Amino acid sequence: MRALRRFIDRMRAKSPWLLHFDCGSCNGCDIEILACLTPIYDVERFGIVHLGNPLHADLLLTSGTVNPRNRKVLANLYAQMPAPKAVVAVGACGLSGGVFRDAYNVVGGIDRVIPVDVYVPGCPPRPEAIIDGVVLGLQKLAGGGRGGR
Amino acid sequence: MSFGALHVLGGLAGGLLVGFLAAGLDRILTARLQSRIGPPLLQPVYDVVKLLGKEALIVNAWQAFCACTTLLTAALAWLLFVLQSDLLLVFFVQAVGAVFLVVGALASGSPYSHIGAHRELLQMLSYEPLLILVFIGMYLETGSFRLEVLFAWPRPLLWRMPFLFLVLAFALGIKMRKSPFDLSACHHAHQELVRGVLTDYSGPLLALTEIAHVFEVALMLGLFTLFWPGGGVGRFLLPVAVWALVIGVDNATSRSNWRWMLGTAWGLGLGLAIVNLVWIGQG
Repeated sequence: MRALRRFIDRMRAKSPWLLHFDCGSCNGCDIEILACLTPIYDVERFGIVHLGNPLHADLLLTSGTVNPRNRKVLANLYAQMPAPKAVVAVGACGLSGGVFRDAYNVVGGIDRVIPVDVYVPGCPPRPEAIIDGVVLGLQKLAGGGRGGR
Repeated sequence: MSFGALHVLGGLAGGLLVGFLAAGLDRILTARLQSRIGPPLLQPVYDVVKLLGKEALIVNAWQAFCACTTLLTAALAWLLFVLQSDLLLVFFVQAVGAVFLVVGALASGSPYSHIGAHRELLQMLSYEPLLILVFIGMYLETGSFRLEVLFAWPRPLLWRMPFLFLVLAFALGIKMRKSPFDLSACHHAHQELVRGVLTDYSGPLLALTEIAHVFEVALMLGLFTLFWPGGGVGRFLLPVAVWALVIGVDNATSRSNWRWMLGTAWGLGLGLAIVNLVWIGQG
């Protein structure tokens, strides 16, 4: 049984399916995230697939500040993902609200709404940094991820 | 023909091997055509094992029942094929599996799932008549629906049924949901329907439908081996060639709409099939 669980954990780290949600980003981070899929970076080498369906996703990649309008959407998407799951916040705005943190309509970073596992700083971060963040997220997944078993 | 548990297990293992290898090679070949490196060969296996280990978010009991039935019937259709049963029986069993996938998608409330299910029904409407006409052609030529007879047929069916071979390749493209026939669900990211017919299947249920699809593809590829006699290389070159053709077309074309798909499948496909059937009938 333990061996089977370890085997499934290994497969988890080899097959991360990403859901990308733009919370209110300027699209700088989003362009860099999508750049990871291009032939130069080709994240499908690691089995990473970019999806539009939270029901199939293992990793939630979020960028941009959270505001009172989209915090419900973010929480809803996170709740729809089956466990185990991990969250990677990308870019300065996603980490803390960035330069917009004091704006009247900004709640703050992603971690004000849902638990974040990996923070990728930068404005925007380079695709290499994003891939690095995803790999860190995978280690969390292989260790059981969020939502428990 | 008598067979035991060993035959059944061997047959199932063979189906999984063929189907998963085809899926893995598909992703690598597609990546190479886009000047990427692509995932490891066993990536589809990793995906399915991961999905089996995920939390089960089941919409309702019908969905779970339908996912299980889809897998059972797909595996059964493949088994009936490798254990050399009857071609008509194989046809009806695989049709049941395809229908249950749609019923499971309709059992949820998601509009994406519903549109995907309707499109999957249209895909079935396109390929099922083609499939049955190919089988009828085989019957007219050999005088039997028994797979034992068909596998042992001494002359190449390809020379007598070239159009029906093309028609079956057409059906393979629709069944594999490859462009231009990836209407109901698509393996790639460009998907306006979220994930089409598979949207509300998640975790272990999605894994069951993926394994069922592996068996379905293995069965469709297996049908091409009937077109060449003997146990030589030729018998296995045919499915490989057709598979490569389908992947190539997948990467070279964009998605069609359902009218175009149905029109081409029924106009061109049925037309070619009937011409070939008349030709066989003339002797």
